[in-house]
Amino acid sequence: MKLITAVIKPFKLEDVRQALAEAGVQGMTVTEVKGFGRQKGHTELYRGAEYTVDFVPKTKIEAAVPDSLVEQVLEAITGAAGTGSIGDGKVFVFDLEHAVRIRTGETGDAAL
Amino acid sequence: MKTSISTPLRWGAGLLAALGPALAFAQTPDKGDTAWMLTSTALVLLMSVPALALFYGGLVRSKNMLSVLMQVFVGFSLITVLWCVYGYSFAFTTGNAFFGSTARLFLSGLFDSSAGTFAMGATFSKATPMYEIVFVAFQATFAAITCCLILGSLVERIKFSAVLLFLVIWFTFAYIPVAHMVWFWAGPDSYTPEANADELLASAGLIWQWGALDFAGGTVVHINAGVAGLVGAIVLGKRVGLGRESMPPHNLTMTMIGASMLWFGWFGFNAGSALEANGFAALAFMNTFLATACAVLSWTFAEWLLKGKPSMLGAASGAVAGLVAITPAAGNVGIPGAFVIGLAAGVVCLWGCTGLKKLIGADDSLDVFGVHGLGGILGALLTGVFNAPSLGGPGLVTDWVTVAMGYPGIGAQLLIQAKAVGLVVVWTAVVSLIGFYVVKAVMGLRVAEEQEREGLDITSHGERAYTG
Repeated sequence: MKLITAVIKPFKLEDVRQALAEAGVQGMTVTEVKGFGRQKGHTELYRGAEYTVDFVPKTKIEAAVPDSLVEQVLEAITGAAGTGSIGDGKVFVFDLEHAVRIRTGETGDAAL
Repeated sequence: MKTSISTPLRWGAGLLAALGPALAFAQTPDKGDTAWMLTSTALVLLMSVPALALFYGGLVRSKNMLSVLMQVFVGFSLITVLWCVYGYSFAFTTGNAFFGSTARLFLSGLFDSSAGTFAMGATFSKATPMYEIVFVAFQATFAAITCCLILGSLVERIKFSAVLLFLVIWFTFAYIPVAHMVWFWAGPDSYTPEANADELLASAGLIWQWGALDFAGGTVVHINAGVAGLVGAIVLGKRVGLGRESMPPHNLTMTMIGASMLWFGWFGFNAGSALEANGFAALAFMNTFLATACAVLSWTFAEWLLKGKPSMLGAASGAVAGLVAITPAAGNVGIPGAFVIGLAAGVVCLWGCTGLKKLIGADDSLDVFGVHGLGGILGALLTGVFNAPSLGGPGLVTDWVTVAMGYPGIGAQLLIQAKAVGLVVVWTAVVSLIGFYVVKAVMGLRVAEEQEREGLDITSHGERAYTG
């Protein structure tokens, strides 16, 4: 099992959700986050006061998937979230040791 | 503005005695004038609550929103009460060149309940009285908004109790005397061929005696408040984290709504200052309309050119700058004056909030000096220039007996205006400095640092603007 964490542009969330569903991902967790990579932030000017906004709003998607789905999921995310411009985001893949479905007590791939 | 209950209108008395019933008719204020002045009064109230409160509130961080609304709301009410207790009496009754008298304490004598009659006040036209009680109400809204304007320099760190005590001191020793100096005079009906014009002039406020023009409060309201705000910002010190943490306005939508309502209410402020529904009210109305639009454009385009982007805050600030600058000029200049004053105000006040602000280095948080102080000075000076008939202005009354119009010349009038500006700047700066130090000694000016970090809404008022 792998835990896939993707940080994407917020307006791409719906496209990514759809692509992940088509790839066979059954569920995911979404968080609104802020951060920066190469895109950096921007400056805002209020009368004489200039503020640098370092952290850009992003959406973080977390999905646990069986090993067999990892390649498809990565393709789905990069395909759906990409615009070709700086700031499209990143995908991180972690090994996932264990998973339990709370209602039934199922574990492993069956719990996903 | 002359106020008298017992003295009949002298000019009208001789003429109208022969006409019999017409005498009583002439002493009754025009219903249209009365309706316009009551409407104007309500419009000026709207400028403070909610317009100024929203304009200022949108510019602070969300944790301080309610504190700004509260300071304006309660400050406005406090000054309204003080106005009726002693403010009006000391500002608008005959006294010396600086203060009036106790004749109208608690608004006594405005309404004779046994006879059912109302005291009359003067307007700017002969034999055209207004109900004095209407003038009291109209002027109350001026006193109250002026005090609220100062708060913009002090927000996000001042104690609520310190706001209230300072406003009492400043209203008493700065607003009242400046209003008296600039606006109190004997009224047009006192000027008869038999009357001693020099004596009448000597009974007016000092700045009126000089011949300075201030239609709706460039000196009394904007310079007065702008300088007080700057002094407050210096004495109070900077907000915690200024320059290190970003402090962007939390809701520019509110600010835009506030600025728009200020524009709307300002028609009462400026056109109402004609005290009658006449041609000068119409002129003031149009000038207020036009100069504001000019200032929105000039601020926006200057900002676009110099800073890269035309901002909503810039456009809203431009509107207020234009409104401020046209205030002393409103009924004192023609349309050409409105064009120039408006266009100049946008650019000059933009500099006031950027270059000049950096130069001064004080945390005048919402730019009360940059917009109101500087815009007020600009407007007060240009009023003297564009009053000139050669520049499309109406000129000024040089003889109140014959109501002859004239104009002393641009240089001469500009000098008078500059003198008025200078006196008001010094007067309000000194009173403010003493006032803030008195409050500091009595109760302290600032909230504790951890309270400032947490926000004044929770720590001073026990509530939050936005929940859920």
